[in-house]
Amino acid sequence: MRRLALTLCLLAGPILGGGALAVGLPSEMLRDPAQEQRARDIGHELRCMVCQNQSIEESEADLARDLRRIVRERVAAGESNAQVVAYVHDRYGDFVLLRPPFTLATAALWGAPFIALGGGLAAIFLLLHRRRALPAAAPAPLTPAEQARLAALEDDSAR
Amino acid sequence: MSDIPDTTPKAGTPEPGPASAPGLGRRRALMLAPLGLAVAGGAGFYAMLRGMGTGTYDPRGVPSALVGRAAPPFALPPLEAAGLPAFANTDLTALPGPVLVNFWASWCVPCIIEHPQLMQLSREGVKVLGINYKDKPADAATFLTRHGNPFARLGRDEPGRVAIDWGVYGVPETYLLDRGGIIRWRWAGPVTPEVLEQDIRPLLKRHA
Repeated sequence: MRRLALTLCLLAGPILGGGALAVGLPSEMLRDPAQEQRARDIGHELRCMVCQNQSIEESEADLARDLRRIVRERVAAGESNAQVVAYVHDRYGDFVLLRPPFTLATAALWGAPFIALGGGLAAIFLLLHRRRALPAAAPAPLTPAEQARLAALEDDSAR
Repeated sequence: MSDIPDTTPKAGTPEPGPASAPGLGRRRALMLAPLGLAVAGGAGFYAMLRGMGTGTYDPRGVPSALVGRAAPPFALPPLEAAGLPAFANTDLTALPGPVLVNFWASWCVPCIIEHPQLMQLSREGVKVLGINYKDKPADAATFLTRHGNPFARLGRDEPGRVAIDWGVYGVPETYLLDRGGIIRWRWAGPVTPEVLEQDIRPLLKRHA
């Protein structure tokens, strides 16, 4: 029963909450709902450097909480989203951005899906090409030995 | 499937048709390709595991955005009980030699592991400057009394804001600054004897 309740809670969490949010305390949130929404949008773009696989909005880590506060302070001070992100990026580098910028170092990362797509298309093209080319080459006629073997097999299955 | 040549070799019977000679070579290449991929992957993973074992590769390691730049401006209050002067970024310009800036806390276990190495460096005359991160002054003072004090200067960063300006994401972190006050190196994690010998000593020599 307890397991069932837990399962239901876990299922309901993402549905009702639309994604886990660590910003639970009203004291953390900005008064202005529009500003708070902007702060959340910015926070979702920033990686929690401690847990590394969550955004600062989702993380319970101390550092994530500090960064959430900084994001909100700067939003309240009237900075644009890009300015706030630049502030954090300036200190923590590309890794803090959950959507890394396109540079020489990240070219392989951004290019990988296109390389995979190109490879797949090339493979399909080659296979189709070969399929069309193959029927032209008629199979070689059976050798006498093969004919004899075939006859024996047919004879065998007929019995 | 029927017109894709199957790769299972047929014993005895030679390949019929005109595609025989070049077809065989391509077939062999196709068969070897996955093997080659597996070997390359295996070698890569082996190198990664070896690096993790020897400490030269850290999958969670992140390069510092501050390398090549001067320290961000800050002015931190001193830890009164330690009797050390306060610490500001103005202390990091025009230095007689390279210095280390170490972020630490009394509640941080790896800080205990690295402490003997910091003590050794300070005994050798290397200037180690401390920033006490999110700590209570009394706890920090007790830590220094118990384990010794390697710091030439010590600032208290109780709110942790200066640490964020440095891009610190967890204590301990150690930065090496050259004589001009430019950050040259950052180590996230404890300064083990290996880090001391393999990284810090060569860097101190290079920037001396």
